[in-house]
Amino acid sequence: MTQTDLKPTQAHTTNAPALEVRSLNKTFAPTVVPVKNLNLTVERGEFLTLLGPSGCGKSTVLRMIAGLEHPTKGQVLIDGEDVTRLSPSDRNIAMVFQSYALYPHMTVHDNIASGLKLRRIPKGDIEDRIRDVVDFLGLHELLNRKPGQLSGGQRQRVAVARTLVRRPSVFLLDEPLSNLDALLRENVRAELKQLFESQQAPVVYVTHDQVEAMTLSSKVAVLNEGYLQQLDTPERIYTHPANRFVAGFVGSPQMNFLTLPCDGQSVTLGNRRAPLPTEVRTDAKEITLGIRPEHVRLAREGESPTVEGTVSLVEHLGMHKLYTVQVPGKMPMTVRSLIPLSHTHSDRPIKLVFSGNAIHWFDAETGDRLNQD
Amino acid sequence: MTKDIIVQRERRVGWLLVLPALLLLLGVFAYPIGQAFWQSLFNQNLGTQLTSEFTGLSNYARMTQDGRFWQTMWNTSVFTFFSVFFEFLLGLGVALVLNQSFRGRGIVRTVAILPWALPTALIALAWTWIFNDQYGIVNDILLRLGLIQTGINWLGNPTLAMGAVIFADVWKTTPFISILLLAGLQSISEDLYEAHRIDGASPWQSFRQITLPLLMPQIVIALLFRFAQAFGIFDLIAVMTGGGPGGATETVSLYIYSTVMRYLDFGYGAALVVVTFVLLILVVAIAAFFLNRSRAKARGVN
Repeated sequence: MTQTDLKPTQAHTTNAPALEVRSLNKTFAPTVVPVKNLNLTVERGEFLTLLGPSGCGKSTVLRMIAGLEHPTKGQVLIDGEDVTRLSPSDRNIAMVFQSYALYPHMTVHDNIASGLKLRRIPKGDIEDRIRDVVDFLGLHELLNRKPGQLSGGQRQRVAVARTLVRRPSVFLLDEPLSNLDALLRENVRAELKQLFESQQAPVVYVTHDQVEAMTLSSKVAVLNEGYLQQLDTPERIYTHPANRFVAGFVGSPQMNFLTLPCDGQSVTLGNRRAPLPTEVRTDAKEITLGIRPEHVRLAREGESPTVEGTVSLVEHLGMHKLYTVQVPGKMPMTVRSLIPLSHTHSDRPIKLVFSGNAIHWFDAETGDRLNQD
Repeated sequence: MTKDIIVQRERRVGWLLVLPALLLLLGVFAYPIGQAFWQSLFNQNLGTQLTSEFTGLSNYARMTQDGRFWQTMWNTSVFTFFSVFFEFLLGLGVALVLNQSFRGRGIVRTVAILPWALPTALIALAWTWIFNDQYGIVNDILLRLGLIQTGINWLGNPTLAMGAVIFADVWKTTPFISILLLAGLQSISEDLYEAHRIDGASPWQSFRQITLPLLMPQIVIALLFRFAQAFGIFDLIAVMTGGGPGGATETVSLYIYSTVMRYLDFGYGAALVVVTFVLLILVVAIAAFFLNRSRAKARGVN
């Protein structure tokens, strides 16, 4: 392994973040998903994922960082330098495209060399750097092939090699795994994580796949409709979603959302009343309770259940079974719960308990998170 | 040898389906071409009172001594080279412009095809008038601009006449090339250009390293088509100059036409046809070879 050889040679002495995005806006462009007032900073060595459903603006953000789109307002700074008005070729960034965008008429070697040749790096250096990257990624046998002769996974590696060899200030990756089949995707994902952990330059990674976001990133930015919803570590995104959108988007199977009548002190849950935590005080008539299916468990013998209902659907997920439970009452509810495989389903009413510290409270109207921890 | 019954049956059906087309091709291409070969070995003209007399290869021997044949060959080559050259340059330029998105692109595209859609004979007539020495609009404009004092006899001067027919041909067939190349340009993914920009390429570098190599199959096809058409040019020149002045714009097709239809020299006319045909086939074969190679290259499998 020659990992050290792949690190950028120049020493960064400035205190400025490696990449900063200041009140970035993209509006009024008919063919581009808008982005509204986005602020982000990425430090050296960080892996930031832009996560969101399609049409949330995450790709637009990436393209503005790359310089392929011009922001309507706002700035992009790389190593403290304002690059907003620079063309992509002057930004020292490297990008892996969703389609990989390998040049079909060039060999793998020439594809990897392209960016270096265009930057007039001496031929000897180019070959040295290519050799390092090729050693690192094990691309020896492919060097003289054309992209048309490669498998999907191989193309992906070549696309990554093309960015690594550049030793850029920032790596940009636009859904690089979405064209791979499921099994390969898992392998490549692990490989990518290792690979970029050995790099100094920060990575901005765009995906709609929450698993990729959770496994790869040191920081996740969840976007929806052009707005930043939450910027946090993957753990915090999962345990402390900032609002109902994030809570619903991250986590599979999806979190249960129960809209409950509320009197400011307590809520009505099925046929029971339950007090609200002290920090969650609201004047609203309704409040949304969120709980992930893995935090809804079977009640033990003699334990008083949070809800009681009948099972309407059983789905086998391998490790668990996912029960969909209909809870009768004044306001009937549907609760989904992950149940151990050993449990056998019967027609009797099932008794479920919500793990108290895993309950999220959201404002029923705005969707904002109400409890602090 | 395959024993697979399904494959065998499919092959049989395949031949059956191709057969009508093959027969048609034999009837309308192979037979006339073979007939021309055969006839070129005979003397059949007014001297023989239009009866066929076998003369072997003497028609071909006569051709080597025929100054008019070599002159028309030269004229055809000059016309072909310059018209295809300018058509390609302009056509590529137009295609690159039309490949950009701008307001009113649809209308511009339609207008750009118009010259190609109009009948050549009419276009030729129009250009004859445009280049007319007394009433032509070209002379009128030049006179008004004060660039010339007296009208130029465009179609009466050997060099200018060749220039005029080339100009008219370029005007008419540039759209053909640009439409072909435009289709090719649209098949090149925008991602490649973006990746290349990020790699540090200037637009000119992207054009040379991405556009040209990936457009090569369409370029070869366009040049091939245009070469074959320009080499056999007849209608435009027949209407504009009739081959004149003094044979300065006479192409091989016009010469063959005169030989057969005016001088009724069928045997010699057939020999001329054969030579032209063999030349064309040669060039097409060479072009086809390059086409296959550039295609494989652009697809990225070779």
